[in-house]
Amino acid sequence: MLIPCPYCGPRDLAEYTYQGDATRARPDPATAGQAAWNAYVYERANPAGPHREHWQHAGGCRAHLVVTRDTVSHAVLAVAPARAGEPS
Amino acid sequence: MAEYSALALLKNALGGHRGWKPAWRKPEPKPAYDVVIVGGGGHGLATAYYLAKEHGITNVAVLEKGWLGSGNIGRNTTIVRSNYLLPESIRFYDFSVKLWEELSHALNYNVMFSQRGVLNLAHSPAQADDYMRRGNAMRHGGGDAEWLTPAAIARKVPGLDLSGSARFPVVGGLLQARAGTARHDAVAWGYARAADRRGVDILENCEVTGFLREGGRICGVETSRGTIRAGKVAVAVAGSTSRVMALAGIERLPIESHVLQAFVSEALKPFVDCVVTFGAGHLYMSQSDKGGLVFGGDIDGYNSYAQRGNLPVVEEVMSEMVAMFPSLARVRLLRSWGGVMDMSMDGSPIITTGPLPGLYLNCGWCYGGFKATPASGWTFAWTIARDAPHALNAPFTLDRFQRGALIDEKGQGATPRLH
Amino acid sequence: MSPRRAAAGGLVDRDRPVRFTFDGRPYTGFAGDTLASALLASGVTLCGRSFKYHRPRGVFAAGLDEPNALVTVLRGAVREPNVPATQIEIHPGLRVESQNRYPSLAYDVGAVNQLGGPLLAAGFYYKTFMGPVVGPLRGTRFWMLCEKAIRRAAGLGRAGREPDPARYERMNAFCDVLVVGAGPAGLEAAEAAAKAGKRVILAETEPAAGGSALWSGETIGGTPAARWAQERAARLAAMDNVRLLTRTTVWGYYDNNVLAALERVGDHGPAAAPGEPRHRHWTVRAGRVVLATGALERPLVFPGNDRPGVMLAGAAERYAVQYGVLPAARLAVFTNNDGAYRAAAALARAGAEVAAIVDTRSTLSDAARALAAETGAELLSGHAVVATAGRRALSGITVQAFEAAGGRLSGPRRAIAVDGLAVSGGWSPALHLASQAGAAPVWDETRQAFLPPQPSGRGWLAAGAVLGTAGTAEALAEGRMAGRRAAGQRAARSRVPAVAAPALDPHPAEVIAIPAPGKAFVDLQHDVTVEDIRLAHREGFVAAEHVKRYTTLGMATDQGKTSNVPGLAVLAAARGKPLGALGTTRFRPPYAPVSLGALAAERYGHLRPERLTPMHDWHVDNGARMEDAGLWKRPMIYGQPGETVAQAYVREAGRVRAAVGIIDVSTLGKIAVKGPDAAAFLDRVYTNTFSTLPVGKARYGLMLREDGLAMDDGTTWRLGQDDFLMTTTTANAGKVMQHLEYLLDVAWPDMKVHLTSVTDQWAGAALAGPQSRAVLAACVTGTAVDNETLPFMGIVRGAIDGAPVTICRLSFSGERAYEVYCGAGHGLAVWEALMEAGAAHGIVPYGLEALGALRIEKGHVTGAEIDGRTTARDLHLDWMLSKKKPFVGAAMMDREGLTGADRHRLVGVVALDGRPLGGGAHIVERGTAEALGESIGHITACCYSPALQRHIGLALVRGGKARHGSRAHVSDPLRGRFGPVEIVSHHFFDPEGSRMYG
Repeated sequence: MLIPCPYCGPRDLAEYTYQGDATRARPDPATAGQAAWNAYVYERANPAGPHREHWQHAGGCRAHLVVTRDTVSHAVLAVAPARAGEPS
Repeated sequence: MAEYSALALLKNALGGHRGWKPAWRKPEPKPAYDVVIVGGGGHGLATAYYLAKEHGITNVAVLEKGWLGSGNIGRNTTIVRSNYLLPESIRFYDFSVKLWEELSHALNYNVMFSQRGVLNLAHSPAQADDYMRRGNAMRHGGGDAEWLTPAAIARKVPGLDLSGSARFPVVGGLLQARAGTARHDAVAWGYARAADRRGVDILENCEVTGFLREGGRICGVETSRGTIRAGKVAVAVAGSTSRVMALAGIERLPIESHVLQAFVSEALKPFVDCVVTFGAGHLYMSQSDKGGLVFGGDIDGYNSYAQRGNLPVVEEVMSEMVAMFPSLARVRLLRSWGGVMDMSMDGSPIITTGPLPGLYLNCGWCYGGFKATPASGWTFAWTIARDAPHALNAPFTLDRFQRGALIDEKGQGATPRLH
Repeated sequence: MSPRRAAAGGLVDRDRPVRFTFDGRPYTGFAGDTLASALLASGVTLCGRSFKYHRPRGVFAAGLDEPNALVTVLRGAVREPNVPATQIEIHPGLRVESQNRYPSLAYDVGAVNQLGGPLLAAGFYYKTFMGPVVGPLRGTRFWMLCEKAIRRAAGLGRAGREPDPARYERMNAFCDVLVVGAGPAGLEAAEAAAKAGKRVILAETEPAAGGSALWSGETIGGTPAARWAQERAARLAAMDNVRLLTRTTVWGYYDNNVLAALERVGDHGPAAAPGEPRHRHWTVRAGRVVLATGALERPLVFPGNDRPGVMLAGAAERYAVQYGVLPAARLAVFTNNDGAYRAAAALARAGAEVAAIVDTRSTLSDAARALAAETGAELLSGHAVVATAGRRALSGITVQAFEAAGGRLSGPRRAIAVDGLAVSGGWSPALHLASQAGAAPVWDETRQAFLPPQPSGRGWLAAGAVLGTAGTAEALAEGRMAGRRAAGQRAARSRVPAVAAPALDPHPAEVIAIPAPGKAFVDLQHDVTVEDIRLAHREGFVAAEHVKRYTTLGMATDQGKTSNVPGLAVLAAARGKPLGALGTTRFRPPYAPVSLGALAAERYGHLRPERLTPMHDWHVDNGARMEDAGLWKRPMIYGQPGETVAQAYVREAGRVRAAVGIIDVSTLGKIAVKGPDAAAFLDRVYTNTFSTLPVGKARYGLMLREDGLAMDDGTTWRLGQDDFLMTTTTANAGKVMQHLEYLLDVAWPDMKVHLTSVTDQWAGAALAGPQSRAVLAACVTGTAVDNETLPFMGIVRGAIDGAPVTICRLSFSGERAYEVYCGAGHGLAVWEALMEAGAAHGIVPYGLEALGALRIEKGHVTGAEIDGRTTARDLHLDWMLSKKKPFVGAAMMDREGLTGADRHRLVGVVALDGRPLGGGAHIVERGTAEALGESIGHITACCYSPALQRHIGLALVRGGKARHGSRAHVSDPLRGRFGPVEIVSHHFFDPEGSRMYG
């Protein structure tokens, strides 16, 4: 599997660390209740098909990326730096 | 249907084996059952068997979307063990090993459970202490465990690199002698045949496409072979749990689906007798009765439903193999395959009532589901029949995550790829 | 002259004889021979024994599809089992032995299994061996007894136990176009892509490019095909943008056009060339892939089809043409297609007598008839072979009239004396790689083959026989087109060289299995018969995968290359369905077996890199016994002659408390946290507050995971307003870094903080003991180190031996102590300067064991207690949980399961019997050494305390503090240890900390 890092170019799977479901948003500690925290920590979107997920280019620039990837075909559909938000 | 035995085999051999009947019937779906089990893998079939045997509930259908046993029961490294750390796990898996010991007789099907032992190699004093803690926990939980010195390991497993110059020298090993391996397909077929003989309908090529509800209660399923109503619907589809539960409107679960690769070498004359695991990485290997070395390592580490992995894990696993057994560099990898694992948030399974009325869920087996097959079926059947978990699976319910009552063998928290 | 070598012909070098041994007997072949061709040339027909029945078997194929002739290659004491004789290039000194036989290949007692044949039908073992329900053989014992015998009989070759001395290598390669297979289609594709300027890799399994051109006997562009291929390959190899890899099997097709290939670099000679590995594992990242993988011939299935002397027709043709070897003196051909006629003609031209051509079809093409006439063979169309004769070699066949449409045999049976039978049941495209890439093969009725589907954006194209194409001219055209398309050019048809070849009918008849009585083998290596498949069907195993698993069809080392389609055909007939309706099983990597050593590559013998601190050599030179800590090597003790580990650490720890000791702490994780929001960031990730920390001070910090459990601890130093140096435990350095980066990138992208891992940039030494300040005072310049200037948790900068150092006064041992950090390059010099300055104060270096003892005496926690299952409260670190601010884990740490009274919490334990405790021992209230009590916890760390002069330990025990002062027992059945302990506070030594602050 190759993931095109926006900073480094296409790089092999071996350089990346999977950081999981990117559809979760960390609750605001000021307002969130226990249920929101439970959901954030333990519940995952786990679709068969396109999935938004975080990958860290750990063996490269170390940036976290939001990768939209098909979990059935492993095709990478879109990539963006996590700090930029939505994938292109 | 005929009992299997040496005598029956002899009689049939004389008749050119024309007398054998199908191991299980191929019935048409009935419009309704007391219990419908979604998933014709090891756990679903075992559940059906124990529902019939232990609870007298025989009006049961097992629904399998493809061919029976096509999921993880047919693609694993066949290891049976209960060498766990935490008391909840030890109790559950020890019960499973006890069921395994009688399984061939119970099913009248040789599942080839061979108690050849599982040996965990330790490579540093700290790891040795960790394994001591685990072995002692097993002993205090009523199971068996013993410590082997490097000299004892050398006698038991010739060919292992036990030299002090190894990158990670072996300082000792934890042996569970009652552990071993079994023939994975035979477990599926044996449970299927035994359940069928007690009246359970096994419906292959019957994919669930939706759930029926009445007033918020699940009361049946839509399938590729028509609508089937049910008093209770039990889901045991590890690997596809999120997909199937989404059909019931459950969009998020404490589960990620990951791909785990496994490997078989070419067949060899007896090379290694017990199951050996490498502690300085993650590798478990044994030799099958046909002679192939059967082994695996970590999951690939990303969500996948592809039943197909990638090269980095292949290379890592082979590296660990030849680090353990340097002579195997000249042995050749014959086959590899990928299975889809339900990786849960604490690395332990979920056997529970709910999460909806009329629904029962068995999932989250990570890559330890095979060994659990009998206990999983037994406790799930109990949970379905009595609408409450048995003491053995009470710690494994879904609400443990909210409560913080985690069963985290590896201590990695909610990062599934690390379990 | 060898008995079966043709008088002339072949691509072997008749001027270079090569001597080798097989089962100890010397043989001679020619350079260019495979072991199979050389043995055949020498008249050896018996090469192996089958898996189950130990039936005698001979060479069946000519390539990697060989199911029968598997041998073990010996090099000194090193063994390589299960190598097909067809894939071994003979070379001087080659030693091979046959397998799966005892005492010898010719007389194998295992053949007795054939007598039990009827009992050993598919799946027989599921129905028996269950043993008695009572008695000494109950449970699993009877089966395990039987299993021992089964295991000895099963398996094929024997693996060695001696380490493989070979070297393996991995190569990463990148190309625009990867062409797999260098037959005519592949050569043409590679050239088309290369001419378009693309970087091309062309991989070929065989030692030379050419594929079928090497034995087809055709001409291409007026040149004999073999020469055309040689010239074409030479031309390609000379191009700068082409890499031609022979002896290279592409075996895996992974995501995003990542392909894996095995190059056998050193197997064809006595040793690998200097500097060369034995095998090279290629990882090729290709823009596009052209699959020109050809097709594999499949046999016809009929009784006695496994006898040595029965061989695939294409293989027989190849032996005759490529190697100049006649597989038999007088042979027959049995076919359902035209291809075998070319083989018959080639065999006749090479000097073999072709006695008969038996064809299941009644209507034949003119070209086939012409070739048959050329051989002078009796042409038996509408016939089938129904039996064979011979013991260890074929002596004859029996034929009978056969009506293909109805599948009926009729008329008299007739025997024909032959010592060879060339068989063809058609060709199966080698679409394995396409299948791995996700393509579902489609059954093609006219071609009688599974074909790859039309590629659609999958990154691969295909050309030649893999598409079911039979003719060389078409293959060349497809190759060129695929090469152009892969290069991004228009797929216009262009002229390819003219091919002179007989106009054979490419379509085989539907017949695969002949309905005659007798043992007819489908999977030769695993001894799966037609009857086995029918039995599986009878027992309800009707899915293709079920049949495969129940009968073991296709699971041998040849992975069903010849048996897959015949097996499906037999199943389809049993089910009364067309073959296409069954589908085929999915192919998975590897296409052909791959050595484990190659996949480990450089990691063979070097599994992981070693992480060494700058002072590593000093430690080793000064008697340190090194211990693995993750990838790091760290001193366990600095042993003196005659000292045990325990004596050494007690001495070292005692010196620390009495005078001063020094330990290398370079392995601690170190993260530079900088930026205007650095302090606010630390407030969020630590449970305690760092924004209030003055510049020039350090603070101990605790981190939780999001789920509220303890994650890691360490000190963080404020070097400037926006400049912090965080330290982590050695084990968690990577994990903490990743945790922080995730939070910054994902949760708080607006925070202005930059993180840099500086673990390797700083060397660190910790100086501990009452004399530590004196040692510093003696060697540090540029700063004072007195209590005023450098109070507890204070930081100063200065120099030692001219090297800049940062010194923080903090303690893990409970003594007055300092951590001295300097640039890694100065590490050794600073260490040596500290040792020198300390000499007058009796300084000793100490290792992890003494470090452990000192921290246990103080009740400080490390990874043994922060094990991912404990909370801050479990470890009595609740004082670090700020109530004034949110922090990671705060929202989840108060859940009922994490706060209950039955949690296991940190305590101290003291052995009351004066005997050592053991890490991982459990604590029980009751019980004995024999009747184990209920565990209430376990010992996380233990030592002999030099300060207390007792065996003590830290433990996590249910109830924790409430048990202080109570008695319990240590229960350690694995070490055979049971004895009384007292549960006490984990603060064993100097609980007020007077030694540390003073």
